[in-house]
Amino acid sequence: MPTNLTNLPAGIRLTSLVKSYRAGQGLVHAVRGVDISIAPGETVALLGPNGAGKSTTIDMLLGLLPPDAGGVSLFGMSPRDAVKAGAVGGMLQVGSLLRDLSVRELVTMMAALYPDPLPVGEVLELTGTAGFAGQRTEKLSGGQAQRVRFAVALVSNPDLLVLDEPTAALDVEGRHAFWTTMRGFAARGKTVLFATHYLEEADSYADRIILMARGRVVADGSASEIKASVGTRTIRASLPGADLAELAALPGVAGVDRRADVVVLRCADSDAAIRALLGGYPQARDIEIAGAALEQAFLHLTGDDVLEESPR
Amino acid sequence: MSPSSRASLTYQRYELLRALRNTRFLLFSLAFPLILFLVIAGPNRHATLGGIPLPVYYMAGMVAWGAMTAVVAGGGRISMERAAGWHRQLRLTPLSTSTYLRAKVLGGYLMAVFTIVLLYAAGIALGVRLPADRWLAMTGLVLVGLVPFAALGIWIGHLLAPDTLGPAMGGITALFALLGGVWGPLASHGVMLQVVQALPSYWLVQAGHVAFTGTGWGTRGWLVISAWTVVFAALAARAYQRDTRKL
Repeated sequence: MPTNLTNLPAGIRLTSLVKSYRAGQGLVHAVRGVDISIAPGETVALLGPNGAGKSTTIDMLLGLLPPDAGGVSLFGMSPRDAVKAGAVGGMLQVGSLLRDLSVRELVTMMAALYPDPLPVGEVLELTGTAGFAGQRTEKLSGGQAQRVRFAVALVSNPDLLVLDEPTAALDVEGRHAFWTTMRGFAARGKTVLFATHYLEEADSYADRIILMARGRVVADGSASEIKASVGTRTIRASLPGADLAELAALPGVAGVDRRADVVVLRCADSDAAIRALLGGYPQARDIEIAGAALEQAFLHLTGDDVLEESPR
Repeated sequence: MSPSSRASLTYQRYELLRALRNTRFLLFSLAFPLILFLVIAGPNRHATLGGIPLPVYYMAGMVAWGAMTAVVAGGGRISMERAAGWHRQLRLTPLSTSTYLRAKVLGGYLMAVFTIVLLYAAGIALGVRLPADRWLAMTGLVLVGLVPFAALGIWIGHLLAPDTLGPAMGGITALFALLGGVWGPLASHGVMLQVVQALPSYWLVQAGHVAFTGTGWGTRGWLVISAWTVVFAALAARAYQRDTRKL
């Protein structure tokens, strides 16, 4: 029975996934060797900029797209078998809902397809769709339609809930309600994977963040682990002609960048680094020390390395 | 009842509800043939065509055309769902392909039956009188003759975008209907007759004509209908497979 699948040791396993597709005259390498392992009960954010390969990875995970190479295992099953068993629920980035039905009818129709659905009335309440449950789906606003999509995903009561950009059309209030419901669902021991390009959402709602860029996983861990991996603070100084390799070797420094005469040191231990910098480079001027936000880690790891322009 | 058959029943119930609520769909398959029948047969209710009363002749023709349009449109509705990305959502459910396609075919057949009943009523109002077994034989054979068109609907539903679907569907069904002899026989001998007799719509019209001929298809008719069913079903299956590989 699908509800017992979460008790199995096997969770979600993506092994060396590769996917390319033709676009125009070129070949787009959307996913270039992705390995992800998710334990049952985890809430994981798949974070990355547009074009990082998140949606392609999700499509392969769900069995909507066959990988060129590599494998997917959901609770020890192929995606197809897991879907057949009703173990997977998904909220996709779809254009519109099935028309000529009311919200309640649509959710009831979808619930009927699953072996162990949640009660429709409860789901309508949870997703904030009860207020317009009698309305035809083609007459809804973008935010309302997004909530209905969530209701459709939720009513299947899956062991694995996959959400692709779930809050895209929601206002602030809608987002808050969405995440509250999602956490309630995760608290039942369900596995949740959501794709987002909002750092704040990944930081606030996921146990773990998998950062993707250019078709690869570039970081995987808790938000604080990811911050640590790129240094928690940065030191900027005007230092013409300095050797970057020497700077990188200073104690406490995790990485170095140069913009014209300015060098930027990402530091794991900024206290040690500043002492070493002042000792070794008395000519350094205009020194600034700043705390790195997750955003900086994100930009650095995804290769959109614009520390200069990032806030703080 | 097993859980999966309960699931497919609920699914089909809502699919039929959707078909009934789609007013454009209703207009296309129900009103159009009915109006055409009344316009042609109404003023000519006492006329005959080659000894056959005109109302029964056109009733049979409009039955063939209206029912054909209804079942093709039933599959054509797949196009809307694909455009909306809804087919991807459905592929995340345990819904089987056969249930999905069956619901579309049943929706088309339901509309076809409405069309047929409406046209029979209109025909009776204009003086068509047939023995009960004729009504039954005609209806039964028309429903069989619709099978290749149901497959055609599923095929073009996967092939075409919604904005081209309407004109394409109208054109294809009108052409099939015309060549099949809905508005009168196109050929009575020679090569042309051989050609039109190779079309499924010819035999669908012949099924309607059981009303006044009293004779069914014969081997040739069954062969042609079976062959087109196989061809359209294969094309529909291929389009479905390709669709699974996604864009």
